[in-house]
Parts: sequence; C-alpha cells; structure tokens
Amino acid sequence: MSTVTWITARGLFGRRRFLLLLPLPALLLALAILSRSLGVDPGQWGPAVLVGLGLAVVLPVVSLIIGTGVLGAEIDDGTVVHILTKPLPRWQIVLPKLAVATGVSAATVAVPLYVAGVLAHSVRLGLALAAASALGALAYSALFLALSLLTRRPVLLGLVYVLIWEGLLGRFVDGTKVLSVQQWVIALADRMAPTDLLGTTVSVPVAGVLTALLAAGCTVLAVDRLRSFSVAGETS
Amino acid sequence: MTTISTEPAAPATPASTLDLAGVSRWYGNVVAVNDVTMRLGPGVTGLLGPNGAGKTTLLHMMAGFLAPSRGEVTLDGAPTWRNPDVYRRLGLVSEREAVHTFLSAYEFVLASAKLHRLPDPEDAARRAIALVEMEGAQDRKIGTYSKGMRQRTRVAAALVHEPRVLLLDEPFNGMDPRQRLHMMALLHRLGDAGRTILFSSHILEEVEQVSGTVQVMVAGRLAASGDYRTIRRLMTNRPHVFAVRSTDDRALAVALIAEESVTGVELGPAGLTVRAGDYGAFTRALPKIALARGLRVRSLTPEDESLESVFSYLVGS
Repeated sequence: MSTVTWITARGLFGRRRFLLLLPLPALLLALAILSRSLGVDPGQWGPAVLVGLGLAVVLPVVSLIIGTGVLGAEIDDGTVVHILTKPLPRWQIVLPKLAVATGVSAATVAVPLYVAGVLAHSVRLGLALAAASALGALAYSALFLALSLLTRRPVLLGLVYVLIWEGLLGRFVDGTKVLSVQQWVIALADRMAPTDLLGTTVSVPVAGVLTALLAAGCTVLAVDRLRSFSVAGETS
Repeated sequence: MTTISTEPAAPATPASTLDLAGVSRWYGNVVAVNDVTMRLGPGVTGLLGPNGAGKTTLLHMMAGFLAPSRGEVTLDGAPTWRNPDVYRRLGLVSEREAVHTFLSAYEFVLASAKLHRLPDPEDAARRAIALVEMEGAQDRKIGTYSKGMRQRTRVAAALVHEPRVLLLDEPFNGMDPRQRLHMMALLHRLGDAGRTILFSSHILEEVEQVSGTVQVMVAGRLAASGDYRTIRRLMTNRPHVFAVRSTDDRALAVALIAEESVTGVELGPAGLTVRAGDYGAFTRALPKIALARGLRVRSLTPEDESLESVFSYLVGS
C-alpha cells in the first residue's frame, strides 16, 4: 500500500464524519428487508427503494462525503502541505486518493444495493446494481475530488449538483438526464440485468462513454489543479 | 531601499541558492509583495517584518505554493512554481500548525521519509527525530504534544530528506524561551553545515540571536537586507521620540534644547515632544537637567518604540 493511500485511509476512518456514512446504507437495507418480509409486490417498492433511495440518494451522498473528504479535509486543515512538499508527480497523489474514495464508496453502497436487488428480483439484478453503482462511485468520486480542488465549498456545490441537477431537473427536464451520473448508472444496471424495475431514456453506449469521460476528465483536471495548488495568503 | 550587503558567507559544502527576481504578488487591488529581489545562500537568514508585511506570501512563493504575479522564484535555476522536483532540495515548515494528530512523531516523520522515496526511510526518520531531540516522545500521538514539540516534529519531517534549503514560517511562535534557544541552536547547526536556512519573524529580539544576515520587509517591500548588526545599529541610531510631562514644560524645553543629544523639542498642550538622536545619552541627561532647574518630570514615554515605527524608519532612510 502506498504511503498516500495509507495516510488517506487513516485520515478518512479517523474522522467522525465517516460515521455519517452508515445510516443511509442501513436505511436502504432496512426498507428492502421490511418490504420483502411484508410481502409487498417488488414492482411497487423496487423502483422507490432501488432507484429513489439507493441510486438517487445513497450513492451520490456517500460518494460526496468521501470524495470531498479524501483531499478536501486535508486542504481544510492544512495537512495537505505535508504531502505536497514531496517530489511526487501530482498524479501519484490524486490517483491513490481517487482509488481510496472509489473503493470505500463502492463498498459502502454496493453491498446494500446488492442485497436489495436480490430481495427485489434476482441475484443477477443484485450483481448488476452492485457493479453499476461501483462504476457510478468512480464517476462521482472523480467529480467530487476535482470539485474539492476547484472550490472552497465542495460539499455545498456537490449537493447542489446532486439535489438540483440530478434530483429536481432530471425529473422534469428530460434533456438534463443525459448529463446525470444517476441516469448512467440506471442505464448500465438495466443493461446488465433487464427488469421492469429500472428505466431510463439514456442509451447504454452514451452512459458508458460519458461515465468514462467524466471519470477521466475530472481526474486530469484534479491533477492539473493540484499542480497549481496555492496556499491562501494570511495577509490577503 | 537600503542595501547594506547581500553577500552570504562562503559556502562550506556544495549548496543551493534560492533566487527571487523582481517578485510581486497581488490579490485584486492589494499588493502583498512588491518587487522583491533577493538571493539566499548558505547560512541562516532571518526574514523580518511586522505582521502583514508580506513575509508569509513571500515564503509561500519561495516554497512553490503560490504563483508570483510578476517575477520569478528559482532554486538553482529551476522555478519553484508547479515543479514538485524542487522538494528534493527544499523543505518547508509552514506557520499553520497542521499535523496529523492521530499519528505519532515517528510515524509522521517516517511517512515523510517514505513519500520522499528515501532508500532507508526508517533510518532517515530516526536521524531526523534525533536531530530535533524528540526521541523520548517519538511514539506518543502528536495530539498529546506541546506546541514546541509539535514544531520540532514538523521540523524533523521537513528535514528528513536533508534538504539543502529549509524555509520556516514564524518557527518561534508560541515557543517558550528554552524551546526558542533550542530551535535557534538547531538552525545555526544546520546553517553552519552549509544549508540555506530562512526563517521569518515579526519579533526583532528573535533575530538578535541569529548571527547571519537579515532581510527586512515592510509593507510588501524589501526595506533592508544585509548583516544583522549593521541593521541593528541603523535601528538604534535612529532619532527617538519621547513624550515628556513636567511641572513646567516651557522651562524644561528651554533647558533641553541646550542638550547635545536633543535634536528637537515641540511644546504642545499635552506636554513636550522631544526628539533625541541618542537614546542612552538623552535618558541619562534628562534627570540631571530637571534636577538642576528644580523641575519635576512627571512622565517620560518613548513614543515610537512599536515595531512598525522601527521598520518604517528603515524604509524612510
């Protein structure tokens, strides 16, 4: 394990805000188990729990907390200077941090989504949801990591994107769906396990290409921004 | 600007030079650093100036954490901005007390050694910790340390790759006198070994114990640079202003103007404003004069002893 990975992981699990991650996946699991045990028709609870809660809330919010935390927290408290005063090419700082963010987000979200998918339909749907949400975690993490280098309020801006763009506009303005990570994840999951539970207007190739582009683009941007990282002047 | 001497002491070992050429930095309309040119060679240099003079901004530009708005900062010819390779030769101890409190000093310094890809990181970490004499507490969490211990730990982390240039922003802030002496001695040892050490400070007395050169910044400009003693003499020989109140101000004014060390007397409603060329001579003469005239001095207050006035005197001269 690289030293950057080690420090990032210790910083992430050592902060209280990590505990914020637990209630959401737990709620997802609880609702799926409750619905299944009460014998409710999966056609009724499936879309609401899997998409409405799982893909529209749990995945982006968990990715937001972690994605803005792996670098943003170090920028906030100034410890990032210790990593930056090393002769490391900046991609060797960004990539391990992105890997930690993606890995932890994917693990936190994919497990409850897998269980919920199995309960709603089949193991295949569970696996498809887990795989698609892992890809979604990568895209979101890259986006929020880059955001933490572009603004001093990454969490706020990230929430605006998730709530306003994906949540509100995505529901009413169809065109915005093409640029919504949530819709890409739905398209990819539906392709891997076709059911009646997931539905989107975004095509699979578009979803795949855009997911890759967003992840790659944001990573390149983050590396470049980190190269020009400025410490705010005290006298300014 | 007063340039006294910018020549550093002769280097004992192959050393690095940090060059600033016409460096300015502004934030919107505010100019934080204004056209600073200096060359830092081996030995200890103090960067002196009142708060808000632009010392931290200048240090950040030296350390590659801020782009100069104009001019260039180079370390042995290579720019420090957007060039992580300079950190092979450069170490930084920033003012902000930012440490990973969940690590022990040893873990923290070892992580630095590993990030530097040193061939034997464990050995390098142990040596750096020994250099700042932190062996006794190296396995305790940094969160339990005093301010001085944290500062030493940060210095150890910045020294672990034995950089030829070490920049320290206000390293003595919050230290008690013993810790200060200890840090001063460490900086001297490093400077004597041929390293280029620059530390910033807004307290004159801190720099006093440093025999090297000083760079004085006032309001974003380099006000003076050169040997500390020369600048110190310049500072003590400046005219001093005193506010004096006595039982008969007018009679005292008449007597004072005959005194050689006095260069000017002003009579005002709040008493006398006396300008003296020599601090010691005037303060010794005043009681004698008052006694001879049967006057009683009610108060004697030096008016311009604030650092800002000392510094701005340097700018004016």
